Amino acid sequence: MNTLIAITGLGVLCLLFEIFNFRKGIIPFTIVGLLATLALTVNDYGTNASFYNNMIVVNNFSVTFSSLFIVLTIFLVALSHNFYESHPTKISDFIAIKIFMLSGAVAMVSFGNLAMFFLGIEILSIALYILCASDRLNLKSNESGMKYFLMGSFASGFILFGICLVYGAMGSFDVIEISELSRSAELPDWFFIGILLLTIGMLFKIAVVPFHFWAPDVYEGAPALTTATMSTLAKVVAMATLFKLLSVLNADISESFQIVIVVLSIASMTVGNIMALRQVNVKRMLAFSGISHAGFMLMTLLTLTTSASTLLYYAAAYSISGIAAFAVILYVCKNRDNEDITNFHGLGKTNPLLAAVLTGALLSMGGIPIFSGFFAKLFLFNQTIEAGYLVLVIVAVVNSIISIGYYFKLILAMYGKEPNEEKTGTPILYYSVAVVAIVINIVIGLFPSLVLDLM
Amino acid sequence: MDVSFILIILLIGAFATYFSGDKLAPKVALLFGLVSLGFSVYLLSLFNAGQNIDFISAWITKPSISFSLKADGLSLAMLLLNTALTPLIIFSAFGNEFRNAKNFYALILFMSFAMAGTFLAADGLLYYIFWELALIPIYFIALIWGNGDAEERKKAVVKFFIYTLAGSLFMLTAFIYLYGKAGSFLIEDLYKLELSSQEQLWIFLAFFLAYAIKIPIIPFHTWQAKVYQKAPTVGTMLLSGIMLKMGLYSVIRWQLPLAPSAAKEYMTIFIALGIAGVIYGSIVALRQKDLKKLLAYSSLAHVGLIAAGTYTLNLDGLRGAVLQMIAHGFVVVGLFFVAEIIYRRYETREISEMGGIRSQSPKFTSMFMILVLASVALPSTFNFIGEFTVLYSLSQIGIIWAILGGTTIILGAYYMLRMFQHVMLGETNAKLFKDVTTNETIVLVSIITFLLFFGIYPKPITDLITPSLENIITIINR
Repeated sequence: MNTLIAITGLGVLCLLFEIFNFRKGIIPFTIVGLLATLALTVNDYGTNASFYNNMIVVNNFSVTFSSLFIVLTIFLVALSHNFYESHPTKISDFIAIKIFMLSGAVAMVSFGNLAMFFLGIEILSIALYILCASDRLNLKSNESGMKYFLMGSFASGFILFGICLVYGAMGSFDVIEISELSRSAELPDWFFIGILLLTIGMLFKIAVVPFHFWAPDVYEGAPALTTATMSTLAKVVAMATLFKLLSVLNADISESFQIVIVVLSIASMTVGNIMALRQVNVKRMLAFSGISHAGFMLMTLLTLTTSASTLLYYAAAYSISGIAAFAVILYVCKNRDNEDITNFHGLGKTNPLLAAVLTGALLSMGGIPIFSGFFAKLFLFNQTIEAGYLVLVIVAVVNSIISIGYYFKLILAMYGKEPNEEKTGTPILYYSVAVVAIVINIVIGLFPSLVLDLM
Repeated sequence: MDVSFILIILLIGAFATYFSGDKLAPKVALLFGLVSLGFSVYLLSLFNAGQNIDFISAWITKPSISFSLKADGLSLAMLLLNTALTPLIIFSAFGNEFRNAKNFYALILFMSFAMAGTFLAADGLLYYIFWELALIPIYFIALIWGNGDAEERKKAVVKFFIYTLAGSLFMLTAFIYLYGKAGSFLIEDLYKLELSSQEQLWIFLAFFLAYAIKIPIIPFHTWQAKVYQKAPTVGTMLLSGIMLKMGLYSVIRWQLPLAPSAAKEYMTIFIALGIAGVIYGSIVALRQKDLKKLLAYSSLAHVGLIAAGTYTLNLDGLRGAVLQMIAHGFVVVGLFFVAEIIYRRYETREISEMGGIRSQSPKFTSMFMILVLASVALPSTFNFIGEFTVLYSLSQIGIIWAILGGTTIILGAYYMLRMFQHVMLGETNAKLFKDVTTNETIVLVSIITFLLFFGIYPKPITDLITPSLENIITIINR
């Protein structure tokens, strides 16, 4: 609860800074504020409390995921400094929107009532619509914002409809009550339809095949930093929320639901990977790679009762390596009008450190040991095999092999090609975000228990 | 004192090399390589004195993975092969100039670290991690410092990487499946598992895919020749001298004891694949015009025989395979170094452009001659002992296998001597061949000394490996 209040307060302060003309200090201030919020959140670890008639429930699930989201936001805010250099007047708006988005994200993992859940998802989505269209003189950015808005509002409609049906079946918005009622023997049909609609809406937000069509265009058109936000923060938020939603609704009791998850997971992995192989634009490639990772993360939904820690670990590994990769992409594609792979030629010579970081991030996403991405996949596969889905794991393994193909395309471009031009300027924030993110990635890879034992 | 120190030394060595700068890097790397060699000899003496040099510590609680390193005679023999060849390989690179030398030498030591870990790990997952880690440095060594056309090199290296990774991911799946049965990744717990023959077959195949690609066994060898040709000679030495022994070692350590009944049932198929490699490799080697490619195919033939030896499942087969692994490791490093010495002077790898070296450098010629003879398993060289033990074990399975396997020696003698004749003898070449330098002589002489000494007196090595191989045989026959 404290977390949510503190984050909202921080967002309001950011807006006030604009009025008092204090733009220079806004990024350090926000980072310090977020770090304080992180401390506040971590302090809640181990408590179980509910607030405002069960609107907000604080437990280990919400605390650990909120902490992950706050860490990701710290990185994203740190990257903003150089990214918005050309629009100094707007920076407080952009930062404030990001902070509000974080409040939506925290609400989404700590809801105790479906109304709160919907509020959270809308806060998050609206913030993202604005950020997508934030490069307002760029046609592509406008297109991306509009597309995302249209698709996203459809998804929100589905979710709302789903909530209504669940309410109709159970007569309550409170998840504890719904959870108790759903264990009874006789359930009205529209309860399941409601769950299905809710799931579809969330799968839209996560961009799982076959609800993924918006993702590549939106990712490509949006400003790179927004793409970073969407593919790291927004994706893991939506995934964690779906996980929480389905576990409180006891969705895994039905076998047909599990078949659906298996099919979606396989489709998402395969389509995402195969499409990613053909991309020359790095942002698009990462969009498709994100779709395939979403397919991997869906596997946790097959063992809802035990796999919360696996999901947390996978989400942390994926999003932190995503941040590291995007820090490098932002640096390389600054002052360029596109993010084509040719921009990365010879990065290994012109900037060995950042090339090494990007290599590490890609190896982590591809699942090569000592990077946390490997352990994420290992724990996931282990859990899924124990649950008896050997075939699904074999498909996932084949997909991991395919994914190496396009991750290595980028690595080859960095080390195998001659550089186009000399790079000048070394923005210290890009460097520090990239290095810190990859170090965190390796540390949680070497000591996975740090994250796994949290839940 | 335990085996973890050797890993720490190599890892620190990799970082120290990286931070010592381009000028100092080769010397620092050599120093750490020699220290690790000295330390592994010291560990060997501790082991022979009956001390416990294992290292076990908990790592991840759920799923339970431990950082467990164990050394028996087999692991120590492979560890010594690794730590003896690493400084030799580093030293052999002293004659070349590499840009970004600090990265280059650091990667070599890092790879040696990962390979040492593979040989020592006694926990399935830890083993897998080291196994994969060894792949990353060699990828960059071959990609960045390789020779020839960049596009072609990239294709070869990526193919190699994806192939090997694909194989090992299936091995990972097999490990996870075994974990589900045993509740632990520890090797002794996995050994205790009672699996149905159906399960064993799939486990066996999953492991086979990983190892057959790494070794390589026909028909998974297609990456090999291109990568050997395109990688810098140091990379080729690391690949052929040590890294493919990882696959053969793993067959003995993991594959056979974990799925013994599948191994017994389908023994002939796998022996046949190994022997097919022998014949195929030898015949293709006959037709090669590129010196490095010829050596690559000859290596394919030799490891095919070793693989056939491991799949015979009897003590002689395993012992011969291990002896031949060590012998082949040394001789192949020596031969690739010879190719590099010629390349340094002639800047070509085409056999047809060489010739007449003998008259200009008799010292080099005689050293090369000994290596060629060792490679074709002439008696009194170490390779003879390995190769003939393997052939003997094959004859116990069926005399036909021994006959077919024996072609490696006949064909090997033919293509190796023909190559020698074209490269070294013949008319005097117009191009000047400078005599070998002291550094080059040191590398070649130490390899030859090793091969001849253990060729005459192999007892120390057989005594070291036999007890642990007997253990493995008992587990296979449990």
